[in-house]
Amino acid sequence: MKIAVLSGKGGTGKTFVSVNLAASSKKSIYVDCDVEEPNGHLFFKPNNIQTKNVSVCIPSVDSAICNGCRNCVDFCKFNALAYILNKVIVFEEVCHSCGGCILFCPTKALSEKEKIIGKIEKGISDNVSVYTGILNTGEATGVPIIKSLLEDTKNSNELTIIDCPPGSACIVMESIKDADFCVLVAEPTIFGVHNLSMVYELVNLFKKPYGVILNKCLDVPNPAEEFCIKNDIKILEKIPYDNDLGTLNSNALICARENSKYKDLFKTLLAKIIKEVPNETITDS
Amino acid sequence: MKIAIPVDENNEETKVCISFGRTPYFLIYDTDSKEKTYLNNSAAASQGGAGIKTSQVLVDNDINAIITPRCGDNAAEVLKAANIKIYKTKNDSVDDNINSFLENNLSSLEDIHEGFHN
Repeated sequence: MKIAVLSGKGGTGKTFVSVNLAASSKKSIYVDCDVEEPNGHLFFKPNNIQTKNVSVCIPSVDSAICNGCRNCVDFCKFNALAYILNKVIVFEEVCHSCGGCILFCPTKALSEKEKIIGKIEKGISDNVSVYTGILNTGEATGVPIIKSLLEDTKNSNELTIIDCPPGSACIVMESIKDADFCVLVAEPTIFGVHNLSMVYELVNLFKKPYGVILNKCLDVPNPAEEFCIKNDIKILEKIPYDNDLGTLNSNALICARENSKYKDLFKTLLAKIIKEVPNETITDS
Repeated sequence: MKIAIPVDENNEETKVCISFGRTPYFLIYDTDSKEKTYLNNSAAASQGGAGIKTSQVLVDNDINAIITPRCGDNAAEVLKAANIKIYKTKNDSVDDNINSFLENNLSSLEDIHEGFHN
């Protein structure tokens, strides 16, 4: 079973929720797809780390065969190629690895060359297998790293918690693509509602079953809660704006492992989510 | 020689455009004929890599030098490869900059920025 945790902006508590849900299961895989800034590992502090590089294919030019037709330059929608003084120049960091330039080269002057764009680290933290995707700074997109991360969980029957990047762009779509359920984390502000509505639209577009966790709740009217009620969205849990939580979290400690109240909260929450997943047969105790 | 300046409009009243890669027009000044023409920057609407495409357009129009308030590193790489000199504008007046260029009073643009990539 794959549960994706997402939100329209950073700082709502995606990693907080993901880490604690994964820690509350008997056995689970935590996948950090926020490859531009993965921080779940700071909480899990995994051991026995194994690393593998992730690479993409980019064009390499053989100037001796190039006839200067410029098909490649004209084709590239990202303008990763230029033709200057009878030579094709490739801007590697602008290239999105679609391979189109190579297909359209009539003289086969372009060929594929591998380029490392980041890595995946896998380690163990007690009951949790921790997978972390890391994109090198300046690269065009983290999608290949997310693909590789999720490919590795494909055949696993274990509970998999996918900690998504913020927003609703390609990298988030890639992260939730194969999820059985989406958890949307929202802040109790008008800004929070705006961001919640972005991911709400996204999960509807993907026809995913979903529910909302209202984080940082105070004893005042909550615009995000009003949004949920108005749109008939299932509220899975309200997590209070709590000093103890903040302190544990800022010390990179996992609340569900440290504090009995939150241990219970996340265990119950996880059970609730699993019940929400359609046709789910896996039981988790 | 032909020099290019990014401009906001394609008329005599125009000021220098603050952007290089996404400028709507270039004013092209031919130092031999003293003629001014306007070039539509088709690269301005690019999804990405606007600086690269804009530079390609200038190379294809046989420009020898550009005068611009700023320029990103990818654009600068293309311009450098094409031996196009990059000068820094002194103000937002097109004529002031052309005159200063002709009097050899412009300095080359040193602070190439990292680009405003999305």
